[in-house]
Amino acid sequence: MREARIPTEELMGSGHLACQGCGATIAMRFALKALGSKTILVIPACCWAVIDGTFPHSAVDVPIFHTAFETAAVTAAGVKAGLEMRGDFETTVVAWAGDGGTFDIGLQALSGTAERNDDIIYVCYDNEAYMNTGIQRSSSTPVGAWTTTTPVTNYKTRPKKNMIDIMAAHAIPYIATASVAYPEDLIRKFKKAKAIKGTKYIQILAPCPTGWKLSPELTIWAGRKAVTSKVYPMLEITENGNKLTVWKDFEATSFKEYIKPQGRFRHLKENEIEKIGKDVESSWQRLLAREKMLASIPGLEA
Amino acid sequence: MKKVVMGNHAVSYGVRASEVKVISAYPVTPQTHIVELLSELVANGEIDAKFIKVESEHSAMAACVGASAAGSRTFTATSSQGLLLMTEMLHWAVGARLPIVLTNVNRAIGPPWSIWTDQNDSLSMRDVGWIQIYCESNQETQDAIPQAFKIAEEINLPVMLVLDAFFLSHTYEIVDLLETEQVRDFLPPYNPEIKLDTNDPHSFGNLSGPDYYMELRYMIEEAMNDARGVIKRVGKEFGEHFGRYYDMVVPYRCDDADLILVTSGTVASTTRAVIDEMRDEGIKIGALKIRVLRPFPFKEVSDILCSTKKVAVLDRNISFGNHGVFFQEVKSALYGKTDIPIIGYILGLGGRDVTPKVIREVADKAIKDKNPEPYINWIGVKR
Repeated sequence: MREARIPTEELMGSGHLACQGCGATIAMRFALKALGSKTILVIPACCWAVIDGTFPHSAVDVPIFHTAFETAAVTAAGVKAGLEMRGDFETTVVAWAGDGGTFDIGLQALSGTAERNDDIIYVCYDNEAYMNTGIQRSSSTPVGAWTTTTPVTNYKTRPKKNMIDIMAAHAIPYIATASVAYPEDLIRKFKKAKAIKGTKYIQILAPCPTGWKLSPELTIWAGRKAVTSKVYPMLEITENGNKLTVWKDFEATSFKEYIKPQGRFRHLKENEIEKIGKDVESSWQRLLAREKMLASIPGLEA
Repeated sequence: MKKVVMGNHAVSYGVRASEVKVISAYPVTPQTHIVELLSELVANGEIDAKFIKVESEHSAMAACVGASAAGSRTFTATSSQGLLLMTEMLHWAVGARLPIVLTNVNRAIGPPWSIWTDQNDSLSMRDVGWIQIYCESNQETQDAIPQAFKIAEEINLPVMLVLDAFFLSHTYEIVDLLETEQVRDFLPPYNPEIKLDTNDPHSFGNLSGPDYYMELRYMIEEAMNDARGVIKRVGKEFGEHFGRYYDMVVPYRCDDADLILVTSGTVASTTRAVIDEMRDEGIKIGALKIRVLRPFPFKEVSDILCSTKKVAVLDRNISFGNHGVFFQEVKSALYGKTDIPIIGYILGLGGRDVTPKVIREVADKAIKDKNPEPYINWIGVKR
């Protein structure tokens, strides 16, 4: 008999309010399996502010503190400080925010928290737009995508903000990307983050069938193809920003295949798809070059 | 122990005596001395607390909200633009029913940039749900801190303590410093029943439909109503412990007064000197200081003012389009209770000095003024 690789403990119930095929919901389920019941979630305005359920219900078996849109990181830092001053050094405090609350409105408070290296796990479940308000572009929305504020006649032409690099610039002890398509990997990363003191940043690709105009049964498929098409590299940054590890052990698939079932890219012409695909490959090559470059330099002592 | 300290440092010593566990703040003139001294007191172990040095006032209040929700006693200080930036989280502290204490140094709002005092910053937060107490002396800025925590922790609402920029914040006065051991009897350690606790998991602040929201707002108003009695009782208990008593309002020579000047903050001290001078001249005049603005002391204000013949309200603030805020408040307290004239005067904005001469000018004018003017009575404005 094989040992189950995914913890059997369930800290999330089925009675939540998410859309069918919601990646953010899968992300939470696995994250809580990794973190266990001694966890407190701080959730700002985002899909999860609703998914959790309306008062007096909650879909998870850990405490949640709902907070204002731009404050997830620093509210979590406050919770951690409050707990420690009461003698509780065990509880893991997790800020759980969407990409709007991370890349855009919450960036300042997150930067402050990371610079202080406050002891929290900051999770951005990245569905690449303001999905809770009805699919408006965020700075995480990828180039080429349609949203309700980037109509097909004026789709997003600027690239997705490189949040990972921004966090790496803060020299925090742990940064990782994850995808709901790789739950064992996601759980491993959360367990690793839990054991590290300081600010940990985990960015989870959470496909959103509603916002991506994707069939709900394709959430996991899209989460996998995003990785194998090199659009969303799986990586870890350790040693305070000085060591980069990129996962390369996969069979590469095409950008075109990844975007094909996603209605948000349907308007793109062949030549546009080709151009974006080339940029994806170029970013990937730069990432690998950086991995190699960082490995060749001795790490900082501090 | 008595020591000559500036108003800002008196605040810091009040925090030290109150065994605050989490402080989070951002520098802003003229409040900065408060957090500088707190940083020192935390660093040298005189305060056993964590000090989260945030990147903005918005984050300062968010950190306080988080720490308070986790069950720790929390404090912050700010002023003017900083208070305005906090606005969203000030509301959050109220809705989440967190007993945070904040000291706001009253400073005018820009533009144009001004670092000098007026009350428009704190008064623009009048309707948020924070208890607001306006301090008059350095002694009071210190004494108000443990009182504020005691009040806040009993009714689960945050308290904002307010002091005038420079006239208090940077002015040195003798202050009888509170000792932690003495204060502990008056203010026991904070140990709330409801807090973030993994052994008893709840979701705080999640989406509430029209079926629940209104009741939660009703409960905040009920707490505000309860605060009236609590503030009075706590002010009395503080007096029993330390010999200095505090109340919602402070009347001065009002008993047989034909005219009462209503004031707040440091203007109250100056006004009392003018009252003495005019009494010596045989003029029947008194003063009423409003110490607590929220909850508004309707009963105390109307009991005192209904016995006089005329009321003049001195406002170091302006509610554009509707006179001064204290004037509005006093009028609403007296509505239906008396027909006496209530006249409002705007003075001292942006730190313009309110000297005894200025107050005498208001008093002399008020004696002559017959009825409330439809226009605003500006004192000393250059037109």
